Formats: sequence, C-alpha cells, structure tokens
Amino acid sequence: MTAPVASTAPPPSAASGSFLSKLEIDARMLGMLAALAAIWIGFDLLSGGVFLTPRNLWNLSVQTASVAVMATGMVLVIVTRNIDLSVGAILGVVGMIIGVAQVQWLPAYLGLEHPLTAPLAVVLAMVIGGSIGLFQGWLIAYLGIPSFIVTLGGLLVWRGAAWWVTTGQTVAPMDTRFKAFGGGVEGALGATTTWVIAAIACGLIIIALGFSRRRRLRFGFPVRPGWADAVIAALACGIVLAAAAIANAYPLPAGTARRWAEANGLTWPEGGLFIPHGVALPVLIAILVGLVMTFIATRRRFGRYVFAIGGNPEAAELSGINTRWTLMKVFGLMGLLCGISACISTARLNAATNAAGSLDELYVIASAVIGGTSLAGGVGTIAGAMLGALVMQSLQSGMVLLGVDTPLQNIVVGAVLVLAVWVDSLYRRRIK
Amino acid sequence: MPTNGTTPLVEMRNISIAFGGIKAVDGVSVDLRPGEVVGLLGHNGAGKSTLIKILSGAYKPDAGEIYVNGEHADIATPRDAKRYGIETIYQTLALADNIDAAGNIFLGREVLTPYGTLDDATMEAETRKVMARLNPHFRRFKEPVKALSGGQRQSVAIARAIYFNARVLIMDEPTAALGPAETQQVADLVLQLKKEGIGIFLISHDIHDVFGLADRVSVMKNGKLVGSASVQDVTQDEVLGMIILGKCPPGATPGPGAS
Repeated sequence: MTAPVASTAPPPSAASGSFLSKLEIDARMLGMLAALAAIWIGFDLLSGGVFLTPRNLWNLSVQTASVAVMATGMVLVIVTRNIDLSVGAILGVVGMIIGVAQVQWLPAYLGLEHPLTAPLAVVLAMVIGGSIGLFQGWLIAYLGIPSFIVTLGGLLVWRGAAWWVTTGQTVAPMDTRFKAFGGGVEGALGATTTWVIAAIACGLIIIALGFSRRRRLRFGFPVRPGWADAVIAALACGIVLAAAAIANAYPLPAGTARRWAEANGLTWPEGGLFIPHGVALPVLIAILVGLVMTFIATRRRFGRYVFAIGGNPEAAELSGINTRWTLMKVFGLMGLLCGISACISTARLNAATNAAGSLDELYVIASAVIGGTSLAGGVGTIAGAMLGALVMQSLQSGMVLLGVDTPLQNIVVGAVLVLAVWVDSLYRRRIK
Repeated sequence: MPTNGTTPLVEMRNISIAFGGIKAVDGVSVDLRPGEVVGLLGHNGAGKSTLIKILSGAYKPDAGEIYVNGEHADIATPRDAKRYGIETIYQTLALADNIDAAGNIFLGREVLTPYGTLDDATMEAETRKVMARLNPHFRRFKEPVKALSGGQRQSVAIARAIYFNARVLIMDEPTAALGPAETQQVADLVLQLKKEGIGIFLISHDIHDVFGLADRVSVMKNGKLVGSASVQDVTQDEVLGMIILGKCPPGATPGPGAS
C-alpha cells in the first residue's frame, strides 16, 4: 500500500510551470481577490479615503456576515443543480419566532435577561430553520417537486408565517447577551481575544499545511516545493494578522468606552481611552461556519456525494449513493444556516421584524454565483461564495458612502452580477 | 450447451419489466458461469441494456428471479448488486465529470480515515496502482475526469468495476467510443479477467466484437430472448439471422422470442 506506487508517479514537481502554478493557487480565486481589491481601492479614492478605514472595514465585515453564512449553504444547493429561493423568508420567520421567544415565552419561565435565554434562542433558531429546510428537502427529494417551485412557494409561505407570528408587530428589544450575535459593542470581542484567535488561526494554518505535505510525501505523491508551502503559509498568516490588526485599530466610541472603563474600574483620562473593538462575534461565526462547511464539502463523504450528484446525478445513483437522502440533508443544512443568519440579523437590528431577510435570497444566490458556483451544477467553493458575499456588500456599502440613491445601487449590483457571470463563463471556456 | 456441472455464477430467470405498458424485457432467462464470457446481442432497443440494468440494481423487475451462486438474490439497488460482487461498466460510463479519477473509482465506497474524513491519499495511491495495471500512461490523477480522453475515461470506469474484486462483470458496449488500439486493450483485459475466473456479460450490437471473445451468445429481439448458443455451434451469419429476423438456427437453444 506504500512503496510500489512511487514508480508510477510523475517526477515530483514538474520543472516547468509558472510561479503561480507552483503555489497551486486557484487563478479564479485570485481574479476575485483582484476584483475585490479594485472595488476597495476605487471606493477609497472616490470617497476621499473613507472606505479603507478600520471603522468602515469593521462595519463591512459585520454587514457581510449574515449573507455570507447563508451563501455557504447555497453553494451546496446549487452544486446539486437545485436552487433555494426561500432563504430570506426562512430567516424572517425564524427571526420572528426567536424574537417572540426571547421577549415573551422564555422570560415567562426564566425571567428577563436570564443567561440561558441567548443560547436557547440560538438552538431554537437552528432547530426551526433546519426543520423547515428538511421539510422542503423532503418535498424536493422524495416527492420530486422541482426545488424552484417548492422554495418559491416557501418564499411566500414562510414570509406569510413570519407575519402571522405577531400579526406583523415588531418585537424588541432583544436579550442583552443575544445582541452580541449582531456585532456592535456587545459583540466586539476586544483586542486580546482577537490576537489570541489570530494566533490560533496562524498555528492551525501551519499545522494543516505541514500535515498535508507529510501525508503526500509518505505516499510518494508529488508535493509543492518547500518554498511554495512557506510562501502560502506566510501569505495566509499575514492576512489573518492584518485582519486582526485592522479590527483592533477601530476604537469604541468615546461614550461607550467611558462606560466600559467605569464598569471595569478604570479612571477616565483626559484624552480618552483607546479601547479597540476587536473582531465582531458575527464575523467570527461566519468564518467558523465557512471552515466547517468547507470541511463538510471537501473532507466528508457527504460533500463528495453532493458534488457527485451535481456532476452526474445518474452516475451518483448507479454508484449506490442515496441521492434523495443526500439532497434532503443539503436543504436541511441550508435551513439550519438560515437559522444562524436569523440570529445574526435579528441581534444586529435588536428587533424581530417580519420584513427581515427580504430579498436576501437574491443576495445569497448572487454571492454564490459571483463566487464561482456554476448554476449547471457540480462546481463551486465555500470560500468563493463568502468572497462573493464580501464583493456584493463592498459594492453596496461603498455606494452608501458615496451617497448613491438606493435605486441606482440596485441597478449597479444587478449589472455587476450579470457581468461577473459573463466574465466567469469566458474564463471557463478559455480553460477548456 | 457446455454445462460443465458448476452452478451458474448468475442466473436470471423469466425476467420481465415494462415501462408505460411497453414490455422492454419480456420473460428473458440468461445465465453465466465462472470464467465464462456471454455475449448479449441484439439491435438497439432490443432490451439488452434494460436487462443488465436489472442485474446491476438500477431497475427493479416486474417479474422474475435472480440467483447468485444458486441462491435467490434480492437486488433492489446498485448497492445490493455490488454486495453480490456484480459490477457494471455502463455504456455512458456513469462517471461524475467534475470529480477526479480516484473520487470516481471509490464513489459510494470511499475509504475513510479513523476520524471519518475522506482518506484521499490512500484512495489516490490505490488508484495509481490499479491504473498502472490498466493504463500505464495515465498521469492525470488530480484532474476532473471531464478533462480526460475517451479511452482514459473508459479506463477509469473499468478500474472502478474491477478494483473491488468483482465476480460478475457487466460490460455495456465497452468499445463503442474507442479506437482500434484501445479496443484491443479492452479485449485483452476481458481475456485476462476471464482467466481469473470472473464471469462477464458482454453487451454489444456488433457481433464481430463479441464473437472473438464470447463463449456463448444470447440474442434478444423486441424484449424477448430469441435463443442462446455456444459460439462453436453457430456461424456469424446464423447469429446475424437471430438478431435481424429472430430466426433460431439448429445449433441454438430457442427462447420465447424465436419466430
């Protein structure tokens, strides 16, 4: 099981090939990063240096979190050649239910501001979202109703159900601990925690790279040259540390900082205190969701089946894969992620409204597609979709900074979506 | 018939299946012994592919029984068929185009690490081994099979079928998309597998493909079995007559479809 294969393997690292091909970095992903950089620098120039400030980037990260979380699930849905139009409506109904749970149901048993309120609300959100997703998945996989129709119906049904929970009344305010899920001052994790998380992330990156290298060497497979692995590790760690530094460069507003200082027994000096925000909880959640979803999509049997179904449904069936159950689980996962996003957006708004998540389905689908998920199925990455969400949100907040009217914002975002897919199709054709 | 006393590896008895009132397979019986190659012949639409899809678990028959090693076998899904050691190389190859060779070979039967994750390294190592035997020039282990040539894709499909110690191999038009050199490779492989005692159903609409390799032929027409014969007992022209006219020659055992 070890030695004999070495003879058939090609010589380690073919001598030819460019710098990039040695790094084995996806050219597509690089293109997206370049587009993002262009958008950021462009808006920074147009706004007179307001866009690339720690404050704006921090807000951008928090605003992206909710859609980014759902986009990771949409990748799997689209990879299986399906679509989910109901994610915004599921977010809406779940948000309403956990809002009412925090304001009316749970306080009746636990009292107001009980420490268990927030965790229970999150679990409830995931259970309800997951159940709705599984139910829709069952209709699609076992009854054979097209996903477009089931989730189009779902869009209307769950939006209507969201209204029904309180007959349209807005529920507010949320539990204080729960509010941390939305970012803001409660959800800012502070400088020390941020550095600790960044350090752990860097450590994991290095361990993961070393582990995969050792494994390939043990089987005698070709590996990247050592310097290429080092460059990748340095780049990845550099990005993590830079993000942490930016999050820590954004101080709490003076009034909040003062309250925080007094609560922690510090004296308030004349010039004020520089208390950094640090990374926001919803952003951390989104990153963790992205990592877990990437793990599921690439390292787990389930993920392999999802992609096999997308590549050739008949072949997947003939290989003995339980394609229906797999499909049902994909939609269940999508619903669960809607539940997580419902927590983030409800907490961020500090209120449950029955309009929450309106049009989110379109942003989520657009993020996945801009991120390289093919509507023909079988192709897509979690990281790409999250980057797509960041591109969309960057465009939108950049235009807000420039004072562009909402209708024009929509026109630009719509045009960019079409343009991105066109450019992507050109790229794919050239690759072939 | 050269019945050398052994129990058939596989026996399909009186198999029938209908789609929307049309009997695609109507009361067909075929059998296969260890180390034997049986050619299944007939025009396009004669029901050959449907018959073998029943054996491979893709379709469930309306009537009839399947016996494996003389024992009644219940084959409802492709997974069941694989459990009985029945592997299939489909005419369409049935590969997931977006996944690499190892992913396709182990699809549905992935090797897992102790942590429950995909053991890609082991699967790639095994793939390199089996491909070294089938197609020594194969190098593109990391690319989706979409990027491969017809012959390479065929080798991946064959590797998937033989890697898991198949006892019965079904080859549906295995050479339809191949050039002469690759066709010869497949023929060599068939003879090698036959030597290892594997029973092979060779499905084709071209009798020249089959005659050189098969020990017996069974001919289908309009979903019915015209007849079965040992290749020594019939001429190619007689088999052609069976395929086209449904006329059973004296050297063959007539089936219900013989006119």
